[in-house]
Amino acid sequence: MTMEDDIKTASADAGTNPADAATPAAERSTFQRILTVTVGPIVAAFVLSAIILMLVGVNPLTYYGYILERSLFSGLGLQQTATRMAPLLFLSASLIIAFRAGIWNLGTDGQFLLGAVISAATAPLLVGVLPGWALLLIGFVLAALVGAVWSVIPALLKAYQGVNEIITTLMMSFLGVLMASTLVKLVFRDPTTTVPQTRTLPVEDRLPRLFETSISSGLIWGLVAVLLVHLMMTRTAFGLRLRMVGANPAAAAHAGLSVPLLTMATFGLSAGFAGMAGASEILGVAGNVRANWDPAYGLMVIPLVFLARFHGVGAIVLVFFYSALMIGSESAARRLGVPQDFTLVLVASLLICLGLGEFIDQRKRKKER
Amino acid sequence: MGGLLTEAFLSSLLTGAIVAAIPILLAGLGEQMSEKAGVLNIGIEGMMLMGAYMGFLVAFETSSLWLGFLGGILGGLLTAIAMAVLCVRLGLNQIVIGIGLTLGVEGLTALLHHFQFSRTYPRLPAPERVDIPGLTDLPIIGPSLFGRHPIVYIALAAVVVLAVLYRRTNLGMTLRAAGERPAALDVAGGNVLAIRVFAVLFTGAMAGLGGAFLANIGAGLFIPFMTGGAGFIGIVLAMLARGRPLWVLIGALVFGAALSLTTALQVAGSNIPTDVIQMLPFAAVMLVLVIFGRRAKLPSALGAAYERGAR
Amino acid sequence: MDIVTETPTNLPPEKGAGIIGIHGVTKRFPGVIAIDDVSLTFHPGEVHVLLGENGAGKSTLVGILAGLQEPDEGYLSLNGQKTRLSSPSASLDAGISTVFQHSVLVPTLTVLENLTLGAPWYERPPRDRIAARMAELKNEFALSLPLDAITGELSLGQQQQIEIARALLRDSKVLILDEATSMLTPQGAEELGARMQKLVKSGLAVIFITHKLAEAYRFGNRISVLKQGALAGQMGPEQIGSMSEDQAIDEIVRMMFGREAATTSNTHRESTARDEVVLQVEGLTTPGDADVMGLEDISLTLRAGEILGVAGIDGNGQKQMAEAVAGQLPVTSGRVMLDGEDISKATVAHRRRRGLRYLTDDRLEEGSVAAFPVSENTVLKDIGQPPFWVNGLERPQRIAQHAREMIANFSVRTPSETTPIGRLSGGNIQKVLLGRELHGEARVVVFNKPTYGLDLQNIDTSRQRISEIAERGLGVVLISTDLDELMALSDRILVMEGGRIRGIVDNDGSGEALRLRIGRMMAGEEEHKQASA
Repeated sequence: MTMEDDIKTASADAGTNPADAATPAAERSTFQRILTVTVGPIVAAFVLSAIILMLVGVNPLTYYGYILERSLFSGLGLQQTATRMAPLLFLSASLIIAFRAGIWNLGTDGQFLLGAVISAATAPLLVGVLPGWALLLIGFVLAALVGAVWSVIPALLKAYQGVNEIITTLMMSFLGVLMASTLVKLVFRDPTTTVPQTRTLPVEDRLPRLFETSISSGLIWGLVAVLLVHLMMTRTAFGLRLRMVGANPAAAAHAGLSVPLLTMATFGLSAGFAGMAGASEILGVAGNVRANWDPAYGLMVIPLVFLARFHGVGAIVLVFFYSALMIGSESAARRLGVPQDFTLVLVASLLICLGLGEFIDQRKRKKER
Repeated sequence: MGGLLTEAFLSSLLTGAIVAAIPILLAGLGEQMSEKAGVLNIGIEGMMLMGAYMGFLVAFETSSLWLGFLGGILGGLLTAIAMAVLCVRLGLNQIVIGIGLTLGVEGLTALLHHFQFSRTYPRLPAPERVDIPGLTDLPIIGPSLFGRHPIVYIALAAVVVLAVLYRRTNLGMTLRAAGERPAALDVAGGNVLAIRVFAVLFTGAMAGLGGAFLANIGAGLFIPFMTGGAGFIGIVLAMLARGRPLWVLIGALVFGAALSLTTALQVAGSNIPTDVIQMLPFAAVMLVLVIFGRRAKLPSALGAAYERGAR
Repeated sequence: MDIVTETPTNLPPEKGAGIIGIHGVTKRFPGVIAIDDVSLTFHPGEVHVLLGENGAGKSTLVGILAGLQEPDEGYLSLNGQKTRLSSPSASLDAGISTVFQHSVLVPTLTVLENLTLGAPWYERPPRDRIAARMAELKNEFALSLPLDAITGELSLGQQQQIEIARALLRDSKVLILDEATSMLTPQGAEELGARMQKLVKSGLAVIFITHKLAEAYRFGNRISVLKQGALAGQMGPEQIGSMSEDQAIDEIVRMMFGREAATTSNTHRESTARDEVVLQVEGLTTPGDADVMGLEDISLTLRAGEILGVAGIDGNGQKQMAEAVAGQLPVTSGRVMLDGEDISKATVAHRRRRGLRYLTDDRLEEGSVAAFPVSENTVLKDIGQPPFWVNGLERPQRIAQHAREMIANFSVRTPSETTPIGRLSGGNIQKVLLGRELHGEARVVVFNKPTYGLDLQNIDTSRQRISEIAERGLGVVLISTDLDELMALSDRILVMEGGRIRGIVDNDGSGEALRLRIGRMMAGEEEHKQASA
């Protein structure tokens, strides 16, 4: 018997527990909570990062202002932002699956790059051989498969040996990034250019643009991916099984679920979507993979997914703003001389402020009850 | 192939192995203490990098390597303080905060380096060598093992000191209690938070020192992101070493040798591309994890914050 | 009613003040008052029993005395001087040692290390000094412990001895034993009772917490009864001495509920066993490992309408047997037949659909997902099954409806079906789990410690339900550490020890004699099996 049992027995049977009444006055409204847990940390993170900027002698207002103007308030900027969202959305889908199922897939960077490389390697070869849509489809499918295969070792180690996946996926990620570069330089190299890169997929064969804009239709696929994943996790039996394994593996085993198989499935799906993120970037925007190219989107998306509480729509909104930030800071790196590494600082501040926000929220909820 | 087996080559191979092993050793020893106490310190990569940056900065400004090492320790400690406050004291998620700190340090040091040194990329002078009379004259192993900067010997000594501390005093027992069953330590009158904070700070100091070594002795300069996963490899070593500092040393030497061998192969003019060579250490880590992963005994309360009175 | 109050402080350290006192202590948690204005003093030389049902506030009181919590109102006193116990260290420094119900030792450390736990990190464990003192304690109190053994490998009874030894090594003045007999055989409990008397004779004060009325009478010199956080009454040594056990129990029950002892709890249930066999287990064997007991040749037969009790000290394979029968634990040999069908190779889900249900003892860690709402928990074992899922897609309305019905039928107290189940009390979670296991065509239900940790009312209701289930013709396997419960409900009682069945006896109502037989089997003695199968 613990003190918790004393509390619960007495309160539940007394029936006069104010928390049970759930009157609006007693509980903090959802609005207040969103403020503490999502908006507050974002604002705090920006302030914190502003301080860092001032440390290195950059005026934060100028910097932030420039970013906003460049990414959201210009037509071109807005289109670039929308295009940039595509791979980030696929990565969000990947992480939503993993995190809701209790798996720390920190290997998305490696999975992303390998997916990119395989789609870059195969697509140009299929031009003219297959119709345009089939070419793109195969690119995505192969990317998903390669990503999933790259996660097999950590998956097996976790599912059947109980080895912590944080380390295994991280190591595979380092390996994957190097492997991708090797493949580009040695195996899939474009013989016609001096710069080490894969063959280039001609612009007309890439993912079509939307209407009259320069926005890649990868955006649409990314949105579909996130929404599908969200629905799957919240509305289907399979999604509930994954969530159960993530929330309480002992209960899952007790209920007759095969925890190892579901773990493997989680890795496969998550890594597959990460691979597709790479494909969307190549087939939609870049057209080829240069050696040593590593945008490292994977780890950046982690705080976004957490801030969104793993909710699909929330993730989409946050990805939009983050994309704007990225486009703006890339430009700022050229114009204002502030290296893009600053976004890392911002991401880190987001993670830490998010953690603090959750902490404050929990403390307040405890006081209420 | 004949050129590969000369005394000079082997000697430089051994030197390279030791120089490569020391940072990983320090990171591993530090992480080992954190993990014993129940804290999964993913931020160690950040602590190491901060140590590298501060170590280089101080050494550059003061022209003293020793002060540089102190600077590295300080850098690691500062990062560790953040970890200790957020994760141990407040109980925030260790993994999320660890990733956050690592990314933050990466960005911060890159930013600072850009504004300070990116025009000039200054280098440090080559480190002094301390020759141990008699031992340094041994063939092959003499110059490489016994003619190093004193910090190497300090790092090796740390292995012995820690082993003794863990085995002979109550330190090992207290750490293990905090990691296996913090409630038991609390009820017996021990202070769970204090020992965990101590462990995290120790990790920061060691990782910072390792980073400073990497920058000041290994490379002679600071490059953004230069730790390249060394901190994470330290985590692997700690996970596999089953609580014994000696095994961390062995693991570090093995990886150091792998790293050194690959560099040597490159220098010797083999055709293997750089990327493949750089993959070898990570591939080796994965191989080890596949073979021995199951036997990594991690403390039961690892990763979970301790709350008195909670279930 | 007989409520003892103590008025304030700074009494000179003489007999009247007691070693520890609590004065007007109140402790609140969100939404409930766990302890309400309680005042007590504890004196050396007597075993002071704190008696109350689960949820009455005993654990909170222990927490306050052990330094894990501080009172919201009132204060504590030490030898008559007002004092604060703000941490376990403070409590230990005050001379109070607490032995909790579930041993709080580090399983991977040696006995010696656990004995010295809490000492400063830079010191060395004083092995010789401790060995010498342990030898003394062995003589005085029959505490015999191998210093270099790994704690986790020892029996629970031995682990308890470690905690008692630690208290003595610290020269504690007060020893608190929280529900200490739940892990012991009847004989083991008697030994503990005797040891407590020896301890108090040597000058300690012992505070013994229990919910078992008979133990309070047998082991206590003074009894304080707690009811819903308040002191409901006290019995001093003279009173106890002048009453028989039955009289004392009656008086205590009157204090707790204002009525005569209900006779339902301990009357023997009429058997409703039929002829047809619903469950047959033959030669079930599992490997076991360092953490988990292996099973050795488990065989039993269960008829429809029969309640087969499973007795034994916790951790002797009962849980593993339940898991093996349910399909959760892989077996190396043996068969399980349900209604004549061999289900030995069937999955957990298949066995469940066939009618074999298993209600785990671990309500929150295994039986439910605390963060999920009550509604989802009611269908946790039927994921993907119609009518709750159609083509893999969830039908939230049907699940909610189903949950609401279950809440009504089983009187589950919850704000709504969307409340996370972790917020509910143990008893209400149990009701949800029970409702879930009985859903559909159940044929056999395996209960693992179903009434553990529940308050008396819930215990009564649960036992009634179990009887009803048997009456309806289902087969019931009832695993329990409460021998009274088993003797009240079971038709036959199977005793497990060390992963084996030591014997199966008919519950012939022979009371004490039967209890002794079972007790011996629980300790490992074999009895040739009764031929009731």
